[in-house]
Amino acid sequence: MALESLMGFKETFVRPMVFDDSELEDSYEVANLSNPMMLALPPLANPRSALANFDKDQFGKDIKIKIAHGTTTLGFRFRGGVILAVDSRATGGMYIGSQNVKKVIEINKFLLGTMAGGAADCVYWDRVLAKQCRLHELRNKERISTAAASKIMSNMAYSYKGTGLSMGMMIAGYDARGPELYYVDSEGSRTKGEIFSVGSGSVYAYGVMDAGYSWDLKDEDAYEIARRAIYTATYRDAASGGLIRVYHMKETGWECISVEDCKDLHFAYYPDGK
Amino acid sequence: MSIMSYNGGGVVAMKGKNCVAIACDLRLGVSQYNTIATDFEKVFQFGPHLFCGLPGLATDTLTVKDKLRFRLNMYELKEDRKMSPQVFTSMLSNLLYERRFGPYFIEPVIAGLDPKTGEPYVASMDLIGCPEKPEDFVVSGTCGPQLYGMCEALYEPDQGPEDLFETISQALVNACDRDAISGWGGVVYIIEKDKITRKTLKTRMD
Repeated sequence: MALESLMGFKETFVRPMVFDDSELEDSYEVANLSNPMMLALPPLANPRSALANFDKDQFGKDIKIKIAHGTTTLGFRFRGGVILAVDSRATGGMYIGSQNVKKVIEINKFLLGTMAGGAADCVYWDRVLAKQCRLHELRNKERISTAAASKIMSNMAYSYKGTGLSMGMMIAGYDARGPELYYVDSEGSRTKGEIFSVGSGSVYAYGVMDAGYSWDLKDEDAYEIARRAIYTATYRDAASGGLIRVYHMKETGWECISVEDCKDLHFAYYPDGK
Repeated sequence: MSIMSYNGGGVVAMKGKNCVAIACDLRLGVSQYNTIATDFEKVFQFGPHLFCGLPGLATDTLTVKDKLRFRLNMYELKEDRKMSPQVFTSMLSNLLYERRFGPYFIEPVIAGLDPKTGEPYVASMDLIGCPEKPEDFVVSGTCGPQLYGMCEALYEPDQGPEDLFETISQALVNACDRDAISGWGGVVYIIEKDKITRKTLKTRMD
């Protein structure tokens, strides 16, 4: 510090002179601040190699970076719009990391996404999607369609295919074409459909849906079958649990119908035990 | 995936003042995530004041329970006296070490009162029979790490039966809430000199 006060401090003391000022301006190595799709590549000769995922420790044991792998999410289209229902548990292996994760992501008033797979991947890319959707709105003076939004998502996911991203999401929206539901995942697939369920508890949710779904369900009945499907998954699937959130996408935008603890639901459905 | 966590579940036992408590959860899963039953008890009574919990691989839970029953009956017929928890522990340790190179995948917990003195006793063991006899509490099963945390925080020495029930119940319920493959109900036994109390716990079912 004495040397610094004697000679005056210049940044070039600690940085090589080759940087010019314009480079110094944005020298914090946060490329994804200006372009969220620019993620830093792993410092390897071949960044796309299997090594680049850093999913093993020095002994070859799996590192638990995939928190929130076990999940149950459900979405279906019916007469009254689209219903989304999710659980709220995050697990790392067998350990329960959190019981109150928000797995429905509110992209805007007419677009909802659900997350299953890597929590960080879903949260980050949904936020990028929200930005792209807002930009579309500003550029074109009209809301983005569900089809276009889901295509942006799948294109982004596809550009990172093979890098170890883990996402299985549903995108629900209401636009000029009416209520729509898409399934998009990190492998790059994008499918339009009526009923989807994603996550380790999806088999149980599908079971309930197959038993009770019809296109002409009343709103209240649709909420109840969605709740029941997620409840069943929380009961049968160890990796699903916590709160059960039900969302309804209608012509006027989305509405959060209910947030209930699955413990309360269990003892409401079975007061004398199952 | 470890075979020890194929079915899931946990057991905890605690010493009190002239009493002991032992508790287990009720889940039975397969391939870890799929819950197939919620009435699978892992704690068994082997004498008037002798209980043993056998968490781990469910098939071995049942096998070892039956083998223990057989050896205990033979002992009590030959010797014409009740088995003390200390002897039971040695017998179980011996039973498990016989399978040193192909073990039963269970980690037993023993709780009881000495038939003569009424002295509280808890012990636990690894799957090949290395016994451990601490002064306060023992834990075992997939929620063992969580149970250790709860017991270290809640345990006090010389509690009466009511307080001991509260402590062991809170320890079990809250440990299970941080383990995906334990829970779905619980059972607690409070063992006193002239009374055995069995209580079932209402817990989260997820």
